Amino acid sequence: MKTPTRTPGPGKRTMLNEPLISARGSVGRVGYALPRDDIPERGQARDLPVELCREALDDFPEVSEGEVVRHFTRLSQWNMSAATTLYPLGSCTMKYNPVVNEYMARLPGLAQLHPLTPDDQAQGALMLLAELERCLAEISGMDAISLQPAAGAQGELTGMKLIRAYHQDRGTARKKVLIPASAHGTNPASAALCGYDVVQVATGSDGMLSADAVATCTDTEVAALMVTNPNTLGLFEREILQITDMLHQHGALVYMDGANLNALMGVAKPGHMGADVIQFNLHKTFSTPHGGGGPGAGPVGVKNILAPYLPIPRIAHKNDTYTWSDTAPKSIGRVRSFYGNFGILVRAYAYILAMGGDGLTHATRMAILNANYLRKRLESVYTLATHEPCMHECVFSDRSFQQTGIKTLDIAKRLLDYGFYAPTIYFPLVVSGALMIEPTETETKETLDEFADALLAIAQEITDQPDLLKQAPFTTPVSRLDETRAARRPVLRWSRSSDS
Amino acid sequence: MRYIPHTEHDIQAMLAVLGADSVEDLIRHLPEALRQNAGLDLAPGLAEPEIIQRLTAFAEQQTGYSPERSFLGAGAYPHLVPVVVDQMVQRAEFATAYTPYQPEVSQGTLQVIFEFQSLVASLLGLEVANASMYDGASASAEAVLMAKRILPKRSRILVARSLQPQYRQVIQTYLDGFPGLSLVELGWDETGRLDQEALAQHLDERVCGVAVGYPNVFGVIEDIAAISRSAQDAGALTLSVTPESVALGILKSPGELGADIAVAEGQSLGIPLSYGGPGLGLFACRSRYVRNMPGRLVGETVDQEGRSGFVLTLATREQHIRRERATSNICTNHGLCALAATVFLCLLGKQGLRELALRNVKSSHYLAEVLQQAAGVQPRFPSPFFNECVLTVPRARRVWARLKEQGVIAGIVLEDWYADLRDCLLVCATELHTREAIERFGQQLRQAVV
Ligand SMILES: Cc1ncc(COP(=O)(O)O)c(C=O)c1O
Repeated sequence: MKTPTRTPGPGKRTMLNEPLISARGSVGRVGYALPRDDIPERGQARDLPVELCREALDDFPEVSEGEVVRHFTRLSQWNMSAATTLYPLGSCTMKYNPVVNEYMARLPGLAQLHPLTPDDQAQGALMLLAELERCLAEISGMDAISLQPAAGAQGELTGMKLIRAYHQDRGTARKKVLIPASAHGTNPASAALCGYDVVQVATGSDGMLSADAVATCTDTEVAALMVTNPNTLGLFEREILQITDMLHQHGALVYMDGANLNALMGVAKPGHMGADVIQFNLHKTFSTPHGGGGPGAGPVGVKNILAPYLPIPRIAHKNDTYTWSDTAPKSIGRVRSFYGNFGILVRAYAYILAMGGDGLTHATRMAILNANYLRKRLESVYTLATHEPCMHECVFSDRSFQQTGIKTLDIAKRLLDYGFYAPTIYFPLVVSGALMIEPTETETKETLDEFADALLAIAQEITDQPDLLKQAPFTTPVSRLDETRAARRPVLRWSRSSDS
Repeated sequence: MRYIPHTEHDIQAMLAVLGADSVEDLIRHLPEALRQNAGLDLAPGLAEPEIIQRLTAFAEQQTGYSPERSFLGAGAYPHLVPVVVDQMVQRAEFATAYTPYQPEVSQGTLQVIFEFQSLVASLLGLEVANASMYDGASASAEAVLMAKRILPKRSRILVARSLQPQYRQVIQTYLDGFPGLSLVELGWDETGRLDQEALAQHLDERVCGVAVGYPNVFGVIEDIAAISRSAQDAGALTLSVTPESVALGILKSPGELGADIAVAEGQSLGIPLSYGGPGLGLFACRSRYVRNMPGRLVGETVDQEGRSGFVLTLATREQHIRRERATSNICTNHGLCALAATVFLCLLGKQGLRELALRNVKSSHYLAEVLQQAAGVQPRFPSPFFNECVLTVPRARRVWARLKEQGVIAGIVLEDWYADLRDCLLVCATELHTREAIERFGQQLRQAVV
């Protein structure tokens, strides 16, 4: 029998325990049935010599279908998610994920389509992808699109490979990539993976990248600048046009991290800002579910100068027929199996269809309005990282409460008790104890007000009951977890049945 | 707009708080030249029935996706997906959460990943598995880079030419520009397995690893034990790559055969074909290499009251902390696909995965036998295979085209991938191929070869 994990009381509800699935089940129990076997008996040993065969998978569960459903349904209830609450995780654009898109990705003609189906029998899928390419080009102001990369980081890797191929083609092996200190960690990691030396450019005290700072780092060894716009402080880079101009004058290219495209649709196009290549995070701007950590999709958009290098295969269109083409002599090659995260691409396309050009523009405007509104409601109590006008997200520092011994982490944890997921914390690294809030356009004013009220109440708690914050959260299935212990003595799988 | 809640009244109320006259005021600081040209030339938004109609029209243009008439494998495999898998994947609490940065309210996702890691480690026969990679191909590339990190002074990676071409191409793309590591391809012998002589010739102190398909692109089951013995003698690592993970339900695990790093494509484990993506990269290694691993890891720990719980751990390998010195640039991975695979593996369980694998062996061998009744058709390699195999078929390309006209996809013409393998078809059968479908295909082939 399970002992209740909480004392009863108003506002409390039963929190069901759920052991590891390995602790459920019983020998011989099954949760599946294979289709009827009408193939004549052959004797396994004839086809597959026994010495190639493994022992039984002893760690595997033996559970019924009902047990599986109960197990995972219970586990799901321990999650907060964008469907259950405001999930203001900065830089991640946790907007509402339209349900109809889920149905569209599951249409049998799309979900059951084998990737090696001859092109003439997959015209619908190819046409859909070609249409999506056209939409993304229009939204970003770029000339050509590849839908291949599996996520933002793989888009960055692809983009940096394109830049490398471009310079190599011109016989100049430039070595350095400039990256602002405020950049997301994937930027330097992707550049390094392409063999580039990363040169960090200081972010100004206003949170902006200045043309002067870039100029001091720019020489003929610089292959590219990787810049995020709006940047990770939610600011539109004021000097972006001068900066990209200057790089181009030095023969360098500009990679724009498009993770923050939700702030730009119908408002400004990266292609007009001097970006030579950008990645789209379809799981952010284009509403595909984040899945507890993917799958996403990270298509890249390029200017014509980089198009010859795009990964294979590419969609070709001739005489009303679409085909996959591998013939691109200058291509950087293949970045993944097949053609991109098609199921995610379908959802993103359905989203664009639902929104239309006006809807996307409206989404961006409302995202900006929501972020500014929250910023306004909080700025007198929490210290803004910068006073520059913000776009789709706002960032606060720990300045207002640093003296009290309360940390940003404590505020994040306490927010969970108020029924909200926490903002992104301690990123960007250039802001002390950053609290990065991105509400997105799909939140109502009422929810924003509740969230702001919660943060204001917490600010009061900092003064009145600081210990409460240090121990929060109180209402969650578990309290704060010992991360040091997890890292010191890593337990990364359940113990094998043979161990016990 | 139904996804955006703002009424005109809301907007005015919010602007009043901001002291702004219009939303335009909030973006007036952007260069005017940019704002002027930002209009979107896209069709007006559609209502739900219109979206459904539009996408259904695309979907219905596809033909030939039914396993009844398609014998395609070659890196993507049609398998049963219990509806429970999809039902769990659609639970919004899983689907609309993100990377579990706040473990107290993400225990669902975290425990699933922990269970996933446990199942994958066991399936691959190694001590540690990560929380997923994008797909089998990128996982292979990451495995190669990891081998280089473990043996940084070594400069070569040997890759079997019989590893899926797409995987080799992705490895090549990742290696281009990666300092100090080059790829050498090794051929196969008459059995369709890695040419051991070529391996012996190339294995020296410059080699950090040997990567080989298990099964390989021909469906042939490589001798990982022999390869890993040779590799070990040369101080190199063995990297096993499984494009069809159902095979591991019956084949000896890569780990027990001596692989140091094993990766796989997990699409077969409850993930729809979906025109090739999203798939699922499985990644496992020996525990002594865990700090060189790419990707996220979930570990067990306790909370303040001593209750067991899970957190992201060993994050100092990762990009958000190590930046340009991280083991990989991966951030978003394929979490929801990992959930699908976890549910799938739990449903199938200890017995089911084995039974499923054996059924695939049976169907595909029956297919091979039936197809060989056609004149001149015979196995290209005399080796055990899993659920796909290479058949020599006289005038294969013509035969394939003729069958296609009749609505049958006779696998792939292998010459498209290997110019030196003329007149070969690579065909696959799984538990979804009925006896009737297989025999019909056999009959049609018999007519098509003459
Ligand atoms: C600014 C920024 N750039 C890049 C990425 C990487 O994208 P992904 O996680 O899809 O690889 C992210 C998000 O994770 C991000 O916030």
